[in-house]
Order: sequence, then C-alpha cells, then structure tokens
Amino acid sequence: MITNKFTMTMLSKSSNESFARSCVAAFASQLDPTLEEISDIKTAVSEAITNCIVHAYCEKIGKIYINGELLDNNTIKLKIRDTGCGIENISQAMEPLFTTVGGERAGLGFAVMQSFMDSVKVRSVKDKGTTVVMTKRISPRYKING
Amino acid sequence: MSVKINVTGEVVTAYLGGELDHHSAKEMREEIDSAVELNMPTLLILDFKDISFMDSSGIGLVMGRYRNLQKSGAQMHITNIPQGIYKVMKLAGMERLAQLEKGE
Ligand SMILES: Nc1ncnc2c1ncn2[C@@H]1O[C@H](COP(=O)(O)OP(=O)(O)OP(=O)(O)O)[C@@H](O)[C@H]1O
Ligand SMILES: [Mg+2]
Repeated sequence: MITNKFTMTMLSKSSNESFARSCVAAFASQLDPTLEEISDIKTAVSEAITNCIVHAYCEKIGKIYINGELLDNNTIKLKIRDTGCGIENISQAMEPLFTTVGGERAGLGFAVMQSFMDSVKVRSVKDKGTTVVMTKRISPRYKING
Repeated sequence: MSVKINVTGEVVTAYLGGELDHHSAKEMREEIDSAVELNMPTLLILDFKDISFMDSSGIGLVMGRYRNLQKSGAQMHITNIPQGIYKVMKLAGMERLAQLEKGE
C-alpha cells in the first residue's frame, strides 16, 4: 500500500542533478534511513538522472519526470522517466562497463543502481523514451528511548 | 566544486571538494589536467577528503586521469576517501588502477 507520494518534473539541465537527488533524499528521510542508506539512494538517483541528461537528450533540453512513493513495508519506490532517444538493447546497456559514450564515462551507472538499490527495472522504447523503476527497503530502526 | 593544486617536486596533489557528479566533473577534470600537463608529475594524488558526494561520473574522472598518466608511466594515489565514496570506488574496481586510502 502507498502511504505517501510525490511527483516532480524538471528540465534536463546538469545543474538539476544535485537538486533532484537532494529532493529524493529529503522525501526518503521520512522512512528514517541511515546515512548510508540515504547516500545509496542519492547515488542511484544521480545515475538515473545523469543518464537522462547525457544519453536520452544528448545534452539538449528535455523533461525528466520523477515519481516517488513510500510503501507500507518501509520501502521507497522511485520512477525516473524521460522521453528521449530510448535504449535499443536494455540487457546490454545494463552490463557493467558497457557505454555508448567512450572517454570520460565508465559505463557503471546501471551497475551502481543495481548494487545500491534492491531492485532496478528498465522499460524503454526507441525514440520514445526510457523509464527506470527502483525500490529500496529501509531497515526499520527501533527507538531505544521511544 | 573546488580544486586546489599543490606541487612538491615530482608530486602533484589535487585537493578536491564539493559534489563530484556529471555537472562538476568537467571543471575538475580541466583543472587537474592542466596541472598535470604543466608539471609532468611521476605521482598524482587525488585527495577526496572534502568530497561530499560522488557517482559514476567521478569514476569516469578517475579512469580518464589514469589513462592520461599511463602515457608517461606516472602513478596515481587516491587519499582520504570518505566511507560512502569508498563503496563506489570498490564497486568500480578502482584499486586496480590506483592505491586507495580511506579517510575517517
Ligand atoms: N535514459 C537513457 N536513455 C538512453 N540511453 C540510455 C539511458 N540510460 C542509459 N542509456 C544507455 O545505456 C548505457 C549504459 O548506461 P550506464 O549508466 O550504465 O553507463 P554510462 O552512462 O555510459 O556511464 P556512467 O554512468 O558510468 O557515466 C549508456 O551508455 C547509454 O547508451
Ligand atoms: Mg550513466
């Protein structure tokens, strides 16, 4: 069951990368995550957003749609969507070190998302866009003096 | 984003600060590269003490600098790596390219 949600739309400007991950972190903080869990979520969000900016829109300006939900089992679910160029071969794109942009890209964005979140699902249609859905369960912390 | 450069003999140290993502990586890269070109070090130290966030764009930056240094056979060390960032470095196997040293 969904206990809370938010939606935001932003332009695919690199200056929004920091803004987007901070927003998601602030929303996720309602689940009382540890610093490490917050850092994991921020890093995964940064990967997905950067991919929209760098790959989907090729540094041109488009819209990025971010959807966040808190589920009642202490889980955060995030959906990050673009209407850019799409991915032709998703399983190849998700392989560690695979990149279509040589030089300064490591090809590790999806590997980071997969390692730092519990699940990562990618849907994509060529020339229509890409949606990345990620979930992470936050370990419940019991208050000692509560 | 900030880069402070220190040159001691054949060692160039770049003290990096702020968030290291796709947005900030370009400027950081340019500052490091110009210091390396100018000083031709045998060792480049990237100090991560004041880096508060890093994603795979930071891995790209480290890999790119490593590749440049290979041309002259110079070494690279990465020092004072904060805990959360160390996790990303290890995931990317950066210990194969540079000596990694954790911070607190
Ligand atoms: N939103 C997207 N739209 C179109 N193509 C994408 C998108 N996200 C990823 N891709 C494709 O998948 C490949 C792999 O993505 P991944 O994030 O793993 O690596 P990268 O972005 O190339 O490098 P890094 O994330 O390490 O800087 C990209 O090179 C790109 O071709
Ligand atoms: Mg990427």
